[in-house]
Amino acid sequence: MKTPTAGPPAAAVPVLEMRSIVKTFPGVKALSDVSLTVAQGEVHAICGENGAGKSTLMKVLSGVHPHGSYEGEIRFRGENCVFKDIRASEARGIVIIHQELALVPYLSIAENIFLGNEHATRGFISWNETLRHAAVLLDRVGLREHPQTRVADIGVGKQQLVEIAKALSKKVELLILDEPTAALNDEDSAKLLTLIKELKGQGISSIIISHKLGEITEVADSVTVLRDGRTVETLDVRSGSTTEDRIIRGMVGRDLDHRFPERTPYEGDPGAHPALEVRDWTVHHPIDQHRKVVDHVSVLARRGEIVGIAGLMGAGRTELAMSVFGRSYGRNISGTVLKDGKEIRTRTVSEAVRHKIAYVTEDRKQYGLNLIDTIGRNISLGALDKVSRRGIVDEHEETRVAESYRTSMNIKTPTVFEQVGRLSGGNQQKVVLGKWIFAGPDVLILDEPTRGIDVGAKYEIYSVIDRLAAQGKAVVLISSELPELLGMCDRIYTMAAGRLTGEVPRAQATQEVLMRHMTSDKR
Amino acid sequence: MPQATTDTPQRTGKQSPAAPPATGSLLLDAARRNMRQYGMLIALGLIVVLFEIWTDGVLLKPNNVTNLVLQNSYILVLAIGMMIVIIAGHIDLSVGSLAAFVSAAAAVMMVEHDVPWVLALVLSLIVGAVAGAWQGFWIAYVGIPSFIVTLAGMLLFRGGTQILLGSRSLGPFPEGFQKISTGYLPEIGPETNYHNLTLLLGCALLAFALLQEVRDRRRQLRYELDVLPRNIFLAKCVAMAAAVLAFTMTLASYRGVPVVLLLLAGLLIGFGYVMRNAIVGRHVYALGGNRAAAKLSGVKDQRVTFLVFVNMGVLAALAGIVYAARLNAGVPQAGTNFELEAIAAAFIGGASMSGGVGTVFGAIIGGLVLGVLNNGMSLVGIGTDYQQVIKGLVLLAAVGFDVYNKRKVGS
Repeated sequence: MKTPTAGPPAAAVPVLEMRSIVKTFPGVKALSDVSLTVAQGEVHAICGENGAGKSTLMKVLSGVHPHGSYEGEIRFRGENCVFKDIRASEARGIVIIHQELALVPYLSIAENIFLGNEHATRGFISWNETLRHAAVLLDRVGLREHPQTRVADIGVGKQQLVEIAKALSKKVELLILDEPTAALNDEDSAKLLTLIKELKGQGISSIIISHKLGEITEVADSVTVLRDGRTVETLDVRSGSTTEDRIIRGMVGRDLDHRFPERTPYEGDPGAHPALEVRDWTVHHPIDQHRKVVDHVSVLARRGEIVGIAGLMGAGRTELAMSVFGRSYGRNISGTVLKDGKEIRTRTVSEAVRHKIAYVTEDRKQYGLNLIDTIGRNISLGALDKVSRRGIVDEHEETRVAESYRTSMNIKTPTVFEQVGRLSGGNQQKVVLGKWIFAGPDVLILDEPTRGIDVGAKYEIYSVIDRLAAQGKAVVLISSELPELLGMCDRIYTMAAGRLTGEVPRAQATQEVLMRHMTSDKR
Repeated sequence: MPQATTDTPQRTGKQSPAAPPATGSLLLDAARRNMRQYGMLIALGLIVVLFEIWTDGVLLKPNNVTNLVLQNSYILVLAIGMMIVIIAGHIDLSVGSLAAFVSAAAAVMMVEHDVPWVLALVLSLIVGAVAGAWQGFWIAYVGIPSFIVTLAGMLLFRGGTQILLGSRSLGPFPEGFQKISTGYLPEIGPETNYHNLTLLLGCALLAFALLQEVRDRRRQLRYELDVLPRNIFLAKCVAMAAAVLAFTMTLASYRGVPVVLLLLAGLLIGFGYVMRNAIVGRHVYALGGNRAAAKLSGVKDQRVTFLVFVNMGVLAALAGIVYAARLNAGVPQAGTNFELEAIAAAFIGGASMSGGVGTVFGAIIGGLVLGVLNNGMSLVGIGTDYQQVIKGLVLLAAVGFDVYNKRKVGS
């Protein structure tokens, strides 16, 4: 790392000043008074619960919401800015990288970097120049891939780096990253954060939106907290006095003494048959059939127990869960599944559901919900026969059920006839959970149930999970957030590279212990 | 039809859970949710009024209304099936060819082999089901995109039609078969200047519809759901009654209810009910809305997809039969461009390219918009060249309006 040669002398003009931004949508005031100041060469984090206005603010800044559609003033390097679209803001050196990456999977890395900004003479692309320049940029972001590799062939972590290379090609001065590590594993996240620090050394300021407070305290210089469309405060992180709990207090407007519900540890009868037992389970990759994605894994979960599965990305946790649940993943699957001590068949999803096993997916938008349908119809889909007689759905009964889940799970919506796609992430997750709770399972496998959800909603989801265990259901909790596993689980399995590498009871579990197991079996 | 539940679950909450929302917002909400359908219903009304004026009142003359129903019956039959296919997230380009193939097969059976017409009818429907199963197999179980499979089917069945018929047109058909398209319900009772049975049917339909509305409202109240305010509910009922009665009177003052109309009504009510209330209907919507999520919810996606195409095959066969009966012959060029009309009807009626959205009722509305346009434009003497141009623009405008609307709501 270079020692910062320090930017221009102190009290220089800040890179960015946004003053009293107000943005209204029909019926909603998304931003009611937000100010944000980013100093030259700093990493500035923005925190806030979902719906606090972070994304809207960034859309205002980058010109997605053009000048005139909002009130307030934006100054970039002291100049007033009136962006009419994204191109205008990019021309000024403000580049935003969205959570959902905007890359074309079947084009090469080089083509993606210069998409819309091609090296060309009179409309014809000069490939030599393109490839040479791409190689330089890839080197700058530390990505060792050939520029002609298809983007579809590299992992999400590397795709993220391609996005940053693309931003660099546009001579970026202020880089905005929206949830950059949400889809990355710890290793890739660490790499990315290091890169952001390096770019800072090169004079590129960044704004980073993140739910992961640990990341923020690690990488950011200061953090601005938004709540309900207002700036709450800007904290200095460099001094080290700003802790995660301090940020959380700003986000929720209260001290969160307990991030997890108080939980009486499981004291069931270990002699009884476990609700779910998976023995010697092996799964092969659906395309690369020689690769074992899950390798002779045996796990069990008892009634009333919350069992965690920890592992880095690619450890095979989701693959284990989905292959058990109706063979929804993988090929050439071997092993046995036992329910209450009896061997059962779970070859299709319907069979698994009939045996009262539920799997709540990690990707609710892709695999969990029909976003264009209503809340009520989503909740009933997993168990339509419960609201039907002789194959005919009783819509009134269905609505009543949906209403009861709206109340009990505190789903924030005007009516249960609302489209699920219009809800916030946390509320969507509650709908998915409600859907599977309605199916009445004995065993619930929850895959990353709090991903991309704000702190307040997380607590509500934890309470629901806790209640389910208290009702005598076996809960399997797959999570990448170690504090979550430590806060919720009675017992935690660890996986690495498809194998089971450890089983840690609550009393002995610490982040260090888990991490050691999670990284122990690298091949 | 389901009877009112007897095993009512115990009522939740003593008081209604939240303060009742304002009437205005409730109405707005309902309107927003059904925007496309209400929008098209209003558009249909406007088109009818426009042509009624333009044709000096010919459009809504009893004989023309009857004619309109007869002319469009086979497209409407296809549109119902097509809507379901599109909701499931697929498309079927083969229905016109399949209708032609089935009508040719029916013609060969009845004219060349003297098969009794009832048997020929049943066999024709089976041919349609088998053809649908053939396509459904490739789509659902092998995983070939429906666009490709049915494009192949379009060629296959068209070729099959020509093999069966050569360049002949085979006819005429037995009278019973012709009656499918040209028959009317029998006249009963005393002379009244009106078709009595039609009046009776109209009144029965009206009574049934009103009863259903009232019952629905009662149950919603019992479950403490939001309902339309009383006077708006009454206004809705009155409007419905007026529409049904006007239509009944119009038909009754000519030759009464055509057999095809009864068939269409049956299909509309039956499929409407299945798509709305049956589990299998729900599964079709879920598949179209998010296939992966539906699969993980235990929906048997392959079987449902397969059945959707079998159903489309049967309906295509039915359309072919109706068409042949109307022409009183099996002709090699039958059903040309039917698939396009049916697809257009579905999209005008509220289907979405990505699936998961649409109603059977919408398909009928969409089909009627096209039908009234066809009929009205012919009446005022617009040539088929300009008719095509106008229909193309209407399709574009209908879907464009919807896209615009969605964007406005979505931002």
